[in-house]
Amino acid sequence: MTAYLAKRLAIGLVTLIVASAVVFCVLEIVPGDPALLMLGMNAEPEALATLREQMGLNQPILLRYLDWVSGMAVGDFGRSYTYSSPVIDLIGERVLVSLPLAIMALVLSTVIALSVGIFAAARRGRPADTMVMGVAQVGVAIPNFWFALLLIYLFAVWLRLVPAGGFPGWGAGVWPAIKALIMPAVALALPQAAILARVTRSAMLEVLGEDYIRTARAKGMPRRIVLWHHALRNALIPVLTILGLQFSFLLAGTIIIENVFYLPGLGRLVFQAITQRDLIVVEGVVMLLVASIVLVNILVDIGYAIVDPRLRTRR
Amino acid sequence: MSLLSIENLSLEIGEATILKDIDLTIASGEVLGLVGESGSGKSMTALTIMQLLPEAARARGRVTFDGIDILAAPEEAMCRLRGDDLGMVFQEPMTALNPVKSIGEQVAEGIRWHTGANRADAEARARAILDRVGLPEAQFPLSRFPHELSGGQRQRVVIAIACALKPKLLIADEPTTALDVVLQAQILDLLRDLVDESRMGLLLISHDLAVVAEMADRVTIMRSGEVMEAGPTADILSAKRHPYTRQLAEASTHVPARANGRAVVQAAPALLEVSGITRDYPGRRRGLFAQDKPFRAVDAVSFSMPAGHAVALVGRSGCGKSTLARMILALDRPTAGEIRLMGETLAGKSEAQLRGARRNMQVVFQDPYGSFDPRHRVERLVAEPLHLLDTQPSAAERRDLVAQALDEVGLAPADMDKFPHEFSGGQRQRISIARAIITRPKLIVADEPVSALDVSIRAQILDLFADLNQRLGLTYLFITHDLTVARAITDEVMVMDEGRIVERGPTREVLKHPATPAARALVEAAPDLEQALAARMRT
Amino acid sequence: MSLDPALPGAAPERRFLRLALANRSFLIGCAITLMIAGMALLSFFWTPYDITNLTVADRLKGLSSSHLLGTDHLGRDILSMIMIGARNSIAVAIVAVVIGMGIGVPLGAWAAARGGLVDEVLMRFNDLVFAFPALLSAIMITAIFGPGALNAIIAIGIFNVPVFARVARAGALSIWPREFTLAARAAGKSKALITIEHILPNITALLLVQGTIQFALGILAEAGLSYLGLGAQPPMPSWGRMLFEAQTRMIVAPHLAIFPGLAIVVTVLGLNLLGDGLRDLLDPRLRRQR
Repeated sequence: MTAYLAKRLAIGLVTLIVASAVVFCVLEIVPGDPALLMLGMNAEPEALATLREQMGLNQPILLRYLDWVSGMAVGDFGRSYTYSSPVIDLIGERVLVSLPLAIMALVLSTVIALSVGIFAAARRGRPADTMVMGVAQVGVAIPNFWFALLLIYLFAVWLRLVPAGGFPGWGAGVWPAIKALIMPAVALALPQAAILARVTRSAMLEVLGEDYIRTARAKGMPRRIVLWHHALRNALIPVLTILGLQFSFLLAGTIIIENVFYLPGLGRLVFQAITQRDLIVVEGVVMLLVASIVLVNILVDIGYAIVDPRLRTRR
Repeated sequence: MSLLSIENLSLEIGEATILKDIDLTIASGEVLGLVGESGSGKSMTALTIMQLLPEAARARGRVTFDGIDILAAPEEAMCRLRGDDLGMVFQEPMTALNPVKSIGEQVAEGIRWHTGANRADAEARARAILDRVGLPEAQFPLSRFPHELSGGQRQRVVIAIACALKPKLLIADEPTTALDVVLQAQILDLLRDLVDESRMGLLLISHDLAVVAEMADRVTIMRSGEVMEAGPTADILSAKRHPYTRQLAEASTHVPARANGRAVVQAAPALLEVSGITRDYPGRRRGLFAQDKPFRAVDAVSFSMPAGHAVALVGRSGCGKSTLARMILALDRPTAGEIRLMGETLAGKSEAQLRGARRNMQVVFQDPYGSFDPRHRVERLVAEPLHLLDTQPSAAERRDLVAQALDEVGLAPADMDKFPHEFSGGQRQRISIARAIITRPKLIVADEPVSALDVSIRAQILDLFADLNQRLGLTYLFITHDLTVARAITDEVMVMDEGRIVERGPTREVLKHPATPAARALVEAAPDLEQALAARMRT
Repeated sequence: MSLDPALPGAAPERRFLRLALANRSFLIGCAITLMIAGMALLSFFWTPYDITNLTVADRLKGLSSSHLLGTDHLGRDILSMIMIGARNSIAVAIVAVVIGMGIGVPLGAWAAARGGLVDEVLMRFNDLVFAFPALLSAIMITAIFGPGALNAIIAIGIFNVPVFARVARAGALSIWPREFTLAARAAGKSKALITIEHILPNITALLLVQGTIQFALGILAEAGLSYLGLGAQPPMPSWGRMLFEAQTRMIVAPHLAIFPGLAIVVTVLGLNLLGDGLRDLLDPRLRRQR
């Protein structure tokens, strides 16, 4: 078990280091002179020189990379030149919107998907299964931002139940803040849930065809217990894999959905940064998202080890 | 009154009729052997009793167990019966246990469900039954997981689950088919003891007449969903009144006609020489830096085989015989040692340098389903080794060669345009042999070539091997765990144990007077129809 | 000598056709996919209106017999826009699938054949690419080179590579243990040759099914990117862009948001149905579970 965990952690760390090198190459080496790219062709020479100095562009590339990475390791993501404030402060502010949104969406989609998938698998071939899976089939095809638009039209424009967008901030109280996140979270969660529900159902059906399910039935266990105690835990293995992959889609989805609902999260931040060519902010946000995906993959790997005893003794 | 009685049972799945008018009865303390080849419906009969049939199945007739009408019983009543009064053991021990639950949980679960015992009591009872089936606490604590056990040990756990609550009837569906003969003998002994102890009825399903002859008081012989013959074992199997019974009995003791025990000129140059060959596999990693010692699958094996000889390599599963075969075929590289085919060294050669040697040695595999690419036609499959020829034959020549090879193995040349799925298991094994002989090799290595086949087909394939040995002067290395195959077709036998060859001699000699413990274990464990019947007649 | 009787068997092509005609998701999926592709092709020769012709008088019209799906804020015909937008979606998604397959499949097959270190490095490479969802790559590319349809293709294509590598590797690993690969090696064939002759043909079904799935995901991803302005740029119409432009006008003209979205849903649904149908037809193991 420790060897397994150590290996997973090491892989995560290496992935992160290589990923940082990739981000650094794309955003600092490919453009040639990032300062020029950020300020544009008509930049004042002095301003350019100041920014170069500020970004440390006069140093050798390797040193710049090491500075950047070691800075990030202690929470120093550099300084945004458009906001004139440390990137970490900008991120810290925006994470308070993006993270709750992502977590709400993840929990919502997982809960819905698992219950629907298990429900359908238990009723394979019956009308309830056909209907639920038909809905899921359509759900998979719906882009989350379009779904968001429909929700806005239905609940905000037509029924006037919730605000169409914007975020009052946590200072305005917990409930108004959460209320502003409900619709974005639903818009993100449902299309994801449709995918995961289909995976759950087919994983359950696959497991239900295994020999050991017959063994469990032969010792007198009723279907219900076999489903929950024997099948589900085995079916979780492929479900976890998809859940891990989905997290990265979910993060990407968060960026889009924040733009639909005008939420001041990381997605909005990175978009403003792109339009203003604020590469330092782009770097910081991209690295943060990559790191969170790597972290989630490590969590998924730990999940595997909890579910599957075979992994605990293997490498 | 009998414990279980089946009257006029018919079963349909969709359009297909699986069972027709089956009758059988089992009394308490009685062992009934249900014998049949694949597709005879014997497993479906068992699943009908358990009411674990596929959803599309419809059963008619009458199945009465302990006074309960099984076909009419509601699901809750069946749940109370299964695992309590009715236990079942399955064929495939490797997949029969839930991989994510410990063996203790899996045994205790049924006990708790049926008796309402608390966790501690259920675990104590699970411990007791695991001890009883030969898995003592010291080596096999309840917290063990299935993947930490071997096939034989897993089958013991399955038996523990089935017998935890002392069922009145135990159904064992081919319980030892996936195990080697030594394990088979142990598991059969265990089943017999459990039956004697608690006077349960045992429905033993098997394709192997010898196993049934040893175990069963009465036997029912099935074919294509119908009962052919039923009665006391000794009577049915010795009188052989029914033609199908006779056919089965003859096929399972079949010995092909061949010039047996020919004097072999040992002075003749050896076709194959193996000297000091060893194969290590890296040990399992235990931690970041800790690693188990390498596992030695084959340990300094040396032997030589003269041309025209048929040699059996026998041993228990995991003894290294398949690894040895793969090295001889140059499909795996030895860690040390040398292999010479017709004087030419194989080890360490590149694929291009091996072409000549490969022309002279070919292989026949066990699984007639897995050994063909399902997307290719027979012509392309059989012609594959022609790749080894230095000048590639033209399309017409290729078809001629394939037609000739097919003819040699008793298939029609027209078969070359079909796909492998259009053939039965026995025919596929013929195609496999055709592919092996198309380059006119000297040596054929056959890895369990008949163990996946039904007995009557097996007899035909053994005849074909014997015939080709005579006609083409082929040399065979048969890898098998089944001594009847060795007895039927080989001149010499080599017994392998834990990576070493421990005994070698003329087949008859070794099988009659095994000298080493490993050979003795194999010979004693091997079920023998005639001996079993003789023993039954005496009692 | 009596032979056991051969199983009756029809030619595989014939059998496939018969099963295909009985498979509802395959038929519906095929029909939808062909319809969308036909619409995109048709748009090269004919659309109801010329969308470069801006008629301000006709702006934000609802559904009518002259404009079946209404007009947008510049008076352009929505149906014509959707037809031309289909080209963009399909082209981006197809090229991204081709990139993914072209690089991913050889990598996956190579890793499966070699095993060991090659395999390990490939899997770690996969982990790395999976850490960059298409949107993140697109954001980085756009930050440097500015927005454009090519960004979307590259970003989605990169993301497809590990997907196909993984599927090809898993498929190949399930074929290699089968004895016919050993028989081929005993016939002196190299692993590369066996991969070409035996492994790849046996995993085509898997790859085809994955291809349709990635195609569908590509359409969704492209729509997302162009909604954010990271994909196709105006005046080239794209479904995602149309939705972006619709958002602020949704209160007065909801049809602007509805039809491009429906176009995406129908296309993706069609491709997914096609994929499901293909899987049922090509993979007998999965067929049983339905």
